[in-house]
Amino acid sequence: MQEPAITEELIASHGIKPDEYAEILKILNREPTFTELGIFSAMWNEHCSYKSSKIHLKTLPTTGPQVICGPGENAGVVDIGDNQAVVFKMESHNHPSYIEPYQGAATGVGGILRDVFTMGARPVAAMNSLSFGEVAHPKTRQLVHGVVEGVGGYGNCFGVPTVGGEVRFDPAYNGNCLVNAFAAGLADADKIFYSAASGVGMPVVYLGAKTGRDGVGGATMASAEFDDTIEEKRPTVQVGDPFTEKRLMEACMELMRTGAVISIQDMGAAGLTCSAVEMGDKGGLGIKLELDRVPCREEGMTAYEMMLSESQERMLMVLDPSKEAEAKAVFDKWDLDFAIVGETIPEDRFLIEHKGKVWADLPLSKLSSMAPEYDRPHVPTPAAAPLGDIPAVDPIDGLKALIGSVNYASRQWVYEQYDSQVMADTMRIPGFGAGIIRVHGTDKALAFTSDVTPRYVKANPVEGGKQAVAEAFRNLVASGARPLASTDNLNFGNPEKPEIMGQFVGAIKGIGQACTALDMPIVSGNVSLYNETDGQAILPTPTIGAVGLIDHVDHAITGLARDGHVALLVGETKGHLGQSALLAEVFGRVEGDAPHVDLAAERAAGEFILANRDTIRACTDLSDGGLALAAFEMAEASGVGVVLDDSDQGHLFGEDQGRYLVACNFDAAEALMVAAGQAGVSVTTVGKFTGDHVSMGGSSAPLAELSALYRGTFGEAFA
Amino acid sequence: MKAAILVFPGSNCDRDLQVAFERAGADVTMVWHKDDALPAGTDIVGVPGGFSYGDYLRCGAIAANSPITRSLKTHVERGGYALGICNGFQILTETRILPGALLRNAGLKYICRTVPLNVRTSDSDFTRGWAAGTELQIPIAHHDGNYQADAELLRELEGEDRIAFTYNDNPNGSSGDVAGVLSANRRVLGMMPHPERAADEALGGSDGRAMFTSLMTALVSA
Repeated sequence: MQEPAITEELIASHGIKPDEYAEILKILNREPTFTELGIFSAMWNEHCSYKSSKIHLKTLPTTGPQVICGPGENAGVVDIGDNQAVVFKMESHNHPSYIEPYQGAATGVGGILRDVFTMGARPVAAMNSLSFGEVAHPKTRQLVHGVVEGVGGYGNCFGVPTVGGEVRFDPAYNGNCLVNAFAAGLADADKIFYSAASGVGMPVVYLGAKTGRDGVGGATMASAEFDDTIEEKRPTVQVGDPFTEKRLMEACMELMRTGAVISIQDMGAAGLTCSAVEMGDKGGLGIKLELDRVPCREEGMTAYEMMLSESQERMLMVLDPSKEAEAKAVFDKWDLDFAIVGETIPEDRFLIEHKGKVWADLPLSKLSSMAPEYDRPHVPTPAAAPLGDIPAVDPIDGLKALIGSVNYASRQWVYEQYDSQVMADTMRIPGFGAGIIRVHGTDKALAFTSDVTPRYVKANPVEGGKQAVAEAFRNLVASGARPLASTDNLNFGNPEKPEIMGQFVGAIKGIGQACTALDMPIVSGNVSLYNETDGQAILPTPTIGAVGLIDHVDHAITGLARDGHVALLVGETKGHLGQSALLAEVFGRVEGDAPHVDLAAERAAGEFILANRDTIRACTDLSDGGLALAAFEMAEASGVGVVLDDSDQGHLFGEDQGRYLVACNFDAAEALMVAAGQAGVSVTTVGKFTGDHVSMGGSSAPLAELSALYRGTFGEAFA
Repeated sequence: MKAAILVFPGSNCDRDLQVAFERAGADVTMVWHKDDALPAGTDIVGVPGGFSYGDYLRCGAIAANSPITRSLKTHVERGGYALGICNGFQILTETRILPGALLRNAGLKYICRTVPLNVRTSDSDFTRGWAAGTELQIPIAHHDGNYQADAELLRELEGEDRIAFTYNDNPNGSSGDVAGVLSANRRVLGMMPHPERAADEALGGSDGRAMFTSLMTALVSA
């Protein structure tokens, strides 16, 4: 077949800018072939090359005694003692999910699971952070149903418990929903698998599903803004097969035990291209692929299509040739397609042969080392105007406005569509606090959370970035877990706009400060830019996924409030109402500065909770909706009423950071007060859990009535 | 007690069931779907939850025709015990070892939730650990758990005291609120809820544990 001639239009349609093309000509000293142009576009797009973000990502803290492997591999690896490690990452699948919600979300889950088991870790927990447009927008309902079903459809069948996540709604996501999928797995700390190839003449083995035309150009699509031609992009969305993924995972686990695997890389974005280049580049080797051997599911596939296909559930490995028989037995057992599709070569070449012809012959290391890197212009977000007067609202009416809004109502409608208990180690399902799973066969447990408050980040990127990490820290601490490390999924608009780039730079700065102060290094992550439709950017949404360790299941804080318990507030309250949930939901005002995070105070409050976790049996962090919402949620989960003494609007609904609500008996409260005095942490009695009403500042409503509103709102909005 | 747990590609509650059996003291062997025989001396076969063969066809339909399922049928015909949970129950109905069929949930959504179950009979080695009428809290997690039986079958099941469990708050549209069914000889139980997920206090509930201890008692002395 004849490949198309290289024209300016063709170059532009591959998302390659003129100066980038000039660089390609310089590297090659000739015009690239069509297949080569496709390979460059796959390697150099924003999604794969991090060209706009790299210089800022380098500033993030990524090391610590607990970190076994930081960013750069398929997922981060963190020590949890006893020669065990937790392996985790979060990744976006935003653009595909907007175009085809079920498959987009499903393959997002599939991709992140593959990242984890590629490292040799069996996935044990999943979460997902979802952002949708306003409920009234005509597209939202279909997206919510499709995305939630896709997440569940894939994870439930694969057999990983989904133990947490977030769902938010804002008009800024009307044209660009966000689907950020997190997965964590467990491995022996000395049996982690990496992607660097080693040894010359080693067989490069393809394992898993057959290659089709789905997803051709997907990574390039994910690196562009949307416009009204979006429907034409549907064929670039991949189709998921969780059954094959499950077999692929089991086969990889068995294969790794045989000692046959020298290196392994999953085929994710830009499929065969990215995975082969990654393995060769990290190992300082070249790779030769013979595409006639690639298992294809469609006829007549060209070299270009095979190199750019994003068909799911595929792996590339370098195997030890002396273990071929063992490897073949595993593939046969699981009925998976495999083929030796190439070999490692000593020279720095990426050589693609098909039908007796060379379709690409590129200097392999230059595909990543010469990838463009930009220091894009950025302007800081201007300081927010001072907050105007806020009228008083009856506190129960304020609470009802929050729990009757899809943003703060119970997410039961969502999380009940996810299997949260498969693997039979789930200690706490979604709904109230961080998800907790026991480390199988041990007395240890891991806690998981994902957090960000995009309206804070928009108002004040640095403080918003800090807050996302601080809230994750707080959620883990409130479950009795020592925060270990985090993963960041940075979703922003078009980085070529200085104000968007300013949001990005500010958020990274805040995230870095908080990760350092709270000892939660970033061990993996993903950047998703160009989340804009017709020039409208999403809210800056740097999602933080975080993992904490509970050294013994008996130390987990999973208790609930009981009748007669004292309500204690840990941390300082000033009554910050800027960018608060109350302001947005009751008054429709998104104004003021984000609450500032005092990282030293945040750390001190967290250490206080952890030091006293055996006294504190019920605890929740304060975030959106402040004390009022936290107290209601604890009362609701516990099935007992609550009386809060204060009637000050700022005290009830303010969103000051670094705070926790604790429920305990009188004796424990006394003990905590004494401990707080010694630790220099503020602890005050704010009320009592009792009866069957929620009362705040003299106003009151039956818990049952509020509970019905809280549980019913989400389902009614999307019924 | 010797338990054999069938593992189909796509099974994902096989380990969970293994742990629950082992905690009760059983000797457990995992049996791969391509094997054609059960281990000698198998007392009970566990058919676990999951998505056997992806369940892209009717749930359990392909597993019902798998080589190892022939051995399961023979085992049951000889009076052997079997416990099918979730996808395992779907497989037991697809093989016609148990009557009825499991359709998509009435609400069309997958449901993962801990639900109240009513023990309807203690007259089986699965349920002897509870008094009839006991309420249990047991998780469900399925998309296709809507048990369908016509009036005649329901009457027959009720008349023979073969309804092991009913839902107190029917989550999926099942006929007669049926959550679990016994075979005529009371040695095969199929149920949608997951007792193996409620067999450990550390996981917030152990209401399902009595099933495994009761089986152990019966099958050790057998």
